[in-house]
Amino acid sequence: MGTVRIKPVIQKELLHIRRDPLSLVLLLVLPVFILVLYGYALNFDVKHLSLAVVDLDNSQSSRELVARLTSGEYFDLKYRPEKVSDLDELFDHEKIKIALVLPENFGRDLVSGRGPAVQILLDGTNPTPAQTGLGYLSNILMQYSTNLNLELLNRFGLNKITMPFAVRTRVWYNPELKSSKFLVPGLMAFVLMVIIVLATSLTIVREIEKKTMDQLLLSPLTPAELVVGKIIPYLGLSLIGAVVVLLAGWLLFGVAVKGNYLLLLLVVVIFLFCGLSQGLLISTVASSQLVAFLLSGISTLLPTFILSGFVFPIRNMPPVIQGISGIIPARYFLVCLRAIILKGVGLKAFYREMIFMTAYGLVITFLSLAKLKKSFFR
Amino acid sequence: MSRLAVEAQGLSKKFGPFLAVDHVSLSISYGSIFGFLGANGAGKSTTIRMLCGLLRPSAGWARVADYDVLTEADRIKKVIGYMSQRFSLYQDLTVQENLEFFGRVYGLNGSKLKSRITQVKELVGLQGLENKLTGKMPSGWKQKLALSCAILHEPEVIFLDEPTGGVDPISRRNFWELIYKMSEEGRAVLVTTHYLDEAEYCHELSLIHAGRIIASGGPREMKKNYFPGNLLELACSKPLKIYEKLKTWPEVQGVSLFGTRLHVLVEKEGLQKFKQRLESLGLEFSLRLINPTLEDVFIHQLEKEAEKDKANGHS
Repeated sequence: MGTVRIKPVIQKELLHIRRDPLSLVLLLVLPVFILVLYGYALNFDVKHLSLAVVDLDNSQSSRELVARLTSGEYFDLKYRPEKVSDLDELFDHEKIKIALVLPENFGRDLVSGRGPAVQILLDGTNPTPAQTGLGYLSNILMQYSTNLNLELLNRFGLNKITMPFAVRTRVWYNPELKSSKFLVPGLMAFVLMVIIVLATSLTIVREIEKKTMDQLLLSPLTPAELVVGKIIPYLGLSLIGAVVVLLAGWLLFGVAVKGNYLLLLLVVVIFLFCGLSQGLLISTVASSQLVAFLLSGISTLLPTFILSGFVFPIRNMPPVIQGISGIIPARYFLVCLRAIILKGVGLKAFYREMIFMTAYGLVITFLSLAKLKKSFFR
Repeated sequence: MSRLAVEAQGLSKKFGPFLAVDHVSLSISYGSIFGFLGANGAGKSTTIRMLCGLLRPSAGWARVADYDVLTEADRIKKVIGYMSQRFSLYQDLTVQENLEFFGRVYGLNGSKLKSRITQVKELVGLQGLENKLTGKMPSGWKQKLALSCAILHEPEVIFLDEPTGGVDPISRRNFWELIYKMSEEGRAVLVTTHYLDEAEYCHELSLIHAGRIIASGGPREMKKNYFPGNLLELACSKPLKIYEKLKTWPEVQGVSLFGTRLHVLVEKEGLQKFKQRLESLGLEFSLRLINPTLEDVFIHQLEKEAEKDKANGHS
């Protein structure tokens, strides 16, 4: 393999890309576009839930309780219907997700220690926000109720009363528990994989379709030189795309890189290499550009979305599916990416993942080389 | 005799049960133009691909520029130039970019590359078109560019697979002048073509049919060796009526209409008898002996093959 003949291939590929602005858009602009789209759409944070309160009591205590609920950012008090039966319509038309009913004489019963019951009603169609919302609401109510108790005790002169033990919670890596911090790295893996495989999968099959491969086959160019010459420019461009995506993740979603930048670069390059090799293999196998397009879609979209641990935890999957996810490079990339970006930890935590990705890229590259060699000399 | 540029013996290629090339033997010396003729699917391209080291022969052997096609395909690729029937350069690259890319792939660099590109552009007549996008050029220019890319590295053997397909007559003529120039420089040129008038320009010819070579030699030799009898041009009144009549005469091997005249193929021994019969018809006519064209020769050969196939089919 001579570097002499790799250089002209690289130059030629760059010219193709320059003449076809669509491929540049694909590599540089589309990733950010998808990141923004998914980044805002895929949001598991439960905030600003629409709330309705039926206050049948309308006393000072009930108003105080309602004020408590709406002081945070979790609930937006949208409706205050007069009757409980009015809630049906609000739920039916998805105007509210959660409702609180304060009974008549709530304030009076409270003061007299009769322990009134409040009712929470919620829309369980989508269990995740329902559960989270219920959690928030119960918490606020419990706290209010505890405070009332303490106040009562204080009034009887027990100033020093405290809880038996205190709970101090510290959330690591993502203190605000923002789902975007968890999702953005996954989104990066997803976007990069889809784009790179798509872009490279067309390069060789295009030469076959347009018959330019004939001329290359008859030249002294070897399959290895052709493959390396095609990988390098796409690697360079997709690396720029990756940096753009990282920047967008930081600027738009506040996902800053905690760990080592060089390590991040290395991991990204290895992952891009996996994607490039997969694209090349598709390109050598596909019979037309259309087939290549479909194959790259099928082999990246669903696997990286579903089986990489991007959204759905792998450990909850049945063993067979877990096994399949074991051959998805994005799964390993995600471990590295979350480790570097969110945790800021070092190589020790994910060197195995890096080794796997390298092996994956090499194996796939050799497969496509073997396939190409067959067409070079039958 | 000069050294042979291409030599093949019993070259065969089977695709599954289909015998695409059946024991083809040929030799091309340096400085000569070899015409490889035959219909589409007759086995021309398959033979060329084997000679270029792209396709492994099922049987037989071949040497190109003294390299064995089986074991030295890498070396062969460096010393041959190839231009295919389908335009196979990059349409989204300019003329200059295509030339530079192919020059570099063949190992040309720096000033050597520059001077070769200038030379070839001058030879072929592509000056001033450097920045034209290849895809937007007329097909005549594209063919010229394809030839330029194929000869940049000064190959000793040049394969031209239907280089003039779909090109206007003037460009075709120019193209053949280029082919002559290259052969005068001592290069061996193998060219395939559909145009039989172009075949007359070649030094050596082979006609391939169903994978087998059914006739070969120089154009003049071919007409002599593969054309039995005399070809006569007959001018007379009512040619159509005469045409029907002539077909029934035993010494007449073939009749065809050429405009208002008839071309009649008559057995060597039957010429006297034919003239007598014609005179006995009592009409005015003029008769002259003419040279067969290559077209006559090939049609005759192919008809003979068809008869053979028929006979084999019935037996």
